[in-house]
Amino acid sequence: MNPSGQAAAKLAAIPLYVHGEGTREMTQDPAQDWHKVCALAEIPPLGARVVKSAHGDIAVFRNADDEVFALADKCPHKGGPLSQGIVFGRKVACPLHGWNIGLDDGQAVAPDVGCAKRFAVRIENGVVLLSIQPLIAA
Amino acid sequence: MQKMKLVMIGNGMAGVRTLEELMKISPDLYDITVFGAEPHANYNRILLSPVLAGEMTLKEIMLNDLDWYAANNITLHLNKKIVKIDRVAKKVVAADGTEAEYDRLLLATGSNPFILPVPGVKLDGVISYRDIQDTNLMIEAASRFKHAVVIGGGLLGLEAANGLKLRGMNVTVVHLMEWLMERQLDRTAAGMLQQSLEAKGLNFMLKTQTAEIVGDSADGKSGRVKSVRFKDGTEVPADLVVMAVGIRPNTELAETAGLYCNRGIVVSDTMQTYDPKIYAVGECVAHRGIAYGLVAPLFDMAKVCANHLAHFGIGRYQGSVLSTKLKVTGIDLFSAGDFSGGADTEEIVLHDSVGGVYKRLVLRDNRVIGSVLYGDTVDGAYYFQLLRDKQDIHEIRDHLMFGQSHLGNSGHQGQNKAAAMADSMEVCGCNGVCKGTIVKAIKEQGLFTLDDVRKHTKASSSCGSCTGLVEQILASTVGGAYQPAQTKNKPVCGCTEHTHEEVRRTIREQHLLAIPAVMQFMEWGTPNGCATCRPALNYYLLSTWPHEAADDPQSRFINERAHANIQKDGTYSVVPRMWGGTTNAAELRRIADVVDKYKIPTVKVTGGQRMDLLGIKKEDLPGVWRDLDMPSGHAYAKALRTVKTCVGSEWCRFGVQDSTNMGIELEKDLWRMYAPHKVKLAVSGCPRNCAEATIKDVGVIGVESGWEIYVAGNGGIKAEVAQFLCKVKTHEEVLEYAGAFLQLYREEGRYLDRTVHYVARVGLDYVKQRVVEDAENRKALYARLRFALQGEPDPWRERAEGKAAREFEMLEA
Repeated sequence: MNPSGQAAAKLAAIPLYVHGEGTREMTQDPAQDWHKVCALAEIPPLGARVVKSAHGDIAVFRNADDEVFALADKCPHKGGPLSQGIVFGRKVACPLHGWNIGLDDGQAVAPDVGCAKRFAVRIENGVVLLSIQPLIAA
Repeated sequence: MQKMKLVMIGNGMAGVRTLEELMKISPDLYDITVFGAEPHANYNRILLSPVLAGEMTLKEIMLNDLDWYAANNITLHLNKKIVKIDRVAKKVVAADGTEAEYDRLLLATGSNPFILPVPGVKLDGVISYRDIQDTNLMIEAASRFKHAVVIGGGLLGLEAANGLKLRGMNVTVVHLMEWLMERQLDRTAAGMLQQSLEAKGLNFMLKTQTAEIVGDSADGKSGRVKSVRFKDGTEVPADLVVMAVGIRPNTELAETAGLYCNRGIVVSDTMQTYDPKIYAVGECVAHRGIAYGLVAPLFDMAKVCANHLAHFGIGRYQGSVLSTKLKVTGIDLFSAGDFSGGADTEEIVLHDSVGGVYKRLVLRDNRVIGSVLYGDTVDGAYYFQLLRDKQDIHEIRDHLMFGQSHLGNSGHQGQNKAAAMADSMEVCGCNGVCKGTIVKAIKEQGLFTLDDVRKHTKASSSCGSCTGLVEQILASTVGGAYQPAQTKNKPVCGCTEHTHEEVRRTIREQHLLAIPAVMQFMEWGTPNGCATCRPALNYYLLSTWPHEAADDPQSRFINERAHANIQKDGTYSVVPRMWGGTTNAAELRRIADVVDKYKIPTVKVTGGQRMDLLGIKKEDLPGVWRDLDMPSGHAYAKALRTVKTCVGSEWCRFGVQDSTNMGIELEKDLWRMYAPHKVKLAVSGCPRNCAEATIKDVGVIGVESGWEIYVAGNGGIKAEVAQFLCKVKTHEEVLEYAGAFLQLYREEGRYLDRTVHYVARVGLDYVKQRVVEDAENRKALYARLRFALQGEPDPWRERAEGKAAREFEMLEA
């Protein structure tokens, strides 16, 4: 599913947080491949859904404020499926050993150390759109 | 808005801890200025002994470096001693003329070493043991001189002596009293300690009073110290004299400012001095007539003080019960409370002088009031907790001396001597953490509590069986700063200050029916809790208001949301219910067909007499359940798991009761029952107890004349034998008594406490009184359980029929 050129242009400058380098404008490739995943209503608040993709399983989370986040469905600790964890605030607790992972930056909460891959995700007209190219710091 | 000004005098552990606590709750209220007389930022004073002993460096014991002050916008003046407090103008003045105004003033001036009033204390080489400078002087002296005399055989003196000996000096400890550490140890333990220290090469002179310190000048009155002379005329050579005979609260500044002092700066329970704008914490204060010289109470004070500085106004400091741990490598020693004895006290003593173990518990009115442990200190924290909680111990008196961890623990090689363990030995078998790793983390990260250690090292954070050992390692590393984890009034989690009991009571009294309502009413600190509190709240709501409160699946752990057990690879396992461990050909055929159809890789017979199908993909679960057509075994839930049975009188030539059918009746009666934690039952048909009923939450054992009921057993992390509750005659009675006991646990147990923890907390007498003696109450409990379970659906059947389908569906992109 490809968004219209107009919608993609709006995405051109979404500020994204890239760990270790502060907040900065990260330019999205206008040709970025946005995929329609589901309606926001199909993800329970404080819950997640799993999206199968060419880059492996991606967990798409929804928090209490209806923000959406997407992380590789693999805890940096022992690969646990983060989508199955309990979501609170902007964090998820991994179901295997309870590591807390930041939804917005993929970082494990200290003192644990590790980072889950992040994916761009957004809501448009109540529909959740996901880019399946992992975000990497430029 | 103009911020208020907070000035702190003294830059030590108590003061800085207060600032840290203040930052946590109200980071923007004050502009903070700190004056420290020493040239260093805040360091861990209690680790000076390991520095002296050469086990750590000064750099390793810094708690807050200069960056910390900068990062928190704290103005720090080092090397500036405040000489005047002007309470009218509300400002302080330093010796060099620096001034600072305050709205609130915090005194944390600490204490000064007490110097004996004998001639010669001003000679070169005569020092006290208090700060980095003293430590450096000792280290330097040890490299140049031979003979050291330590005056004072208390905690600090012995640690100093040990360090100097390790640095190669010939050390003599001089002590006025009849035995060492007389305030912390009784004569026997002190004797054993002295022997161990003598074996390390220290010399002791007890009952010896110092008369004079002699210098190397002609008249002996100046120059460097040469010897120490005693009242009886004897003399020992000394190139270094360390005075460690006690401390005095440093009240000089407060007194000149006209603040009321009496053996310390007198403070109220809110840590305020007689001038309400001026607070004081730490070793400089006298609270309820007591000046504390150990670190642990200072942290309590810091918390209360920060709370009031932040205008929260709810904390109260009500004094501390102290415990002591000597930080000498290789010596395990723990003491707490009052062990001086007396007419109204009783003692339990275990003394193995060859084995080097001595334990003494002092009791009054069935409560522990003091304990001294030498050699084996693994239960120190346990006794300290009993002491502090004033817990009635008459039920456990017969095995009290053997401690909490005397049997049944697994995973740490049966170790019970924390200090004697080698660094390479594994402490936590779950997470593979060695002693050395724990010690390193405690020292380098400046950890003081069990929770900190768990967070940083993971030791004892899984099954918890090594908790006692980890606590002892913590205690022997930080010594006086150690505080056992508070379990009695512990908050649910970091999101709230409220305890489990307070939450339950509020849910009941306010008739709260949903998690957000609880969080709002009880002023939760986070918008939607965390992975610790939400499952607990969900359970408390459902168990308090069955059929009224709505379940919140997002607040359940994944297993209870997916109704299967998540495995390490993200697949699930399915355990169908087999009533009382019985099955039949039709069920076995269906299981076999399901295994083929869904290509299930592993089929395993469980310890609970059922079958576990492992490696099932989540999206296959509803289909598996539909094809199995068997009830949920709840092997994934904090709920009734299995009722294990033996074959009983129907077949067994020894059986005296029909245990299989009793078990099936129990399982059908209790099926779908959620609880604070998993619940396991077993029924044996005779006292041979083939169903192992005595390690279950409820164990039933058939005897010729009826059934014996046992409760609160456990076969897991820590094997616990179930305790006898009562004997009954009929099947109906078994159902009623077992159900009533479990309902009591459901209503009063803390989330994630097993029955063994619940009963240990409330006592078996209480349980008997509510369940056995009070027939009316028993029937009411059982009726409430029946009501709660009425109409409770089988989650598998519901999902096989399409409920919550989204939970099991994957999306594509």
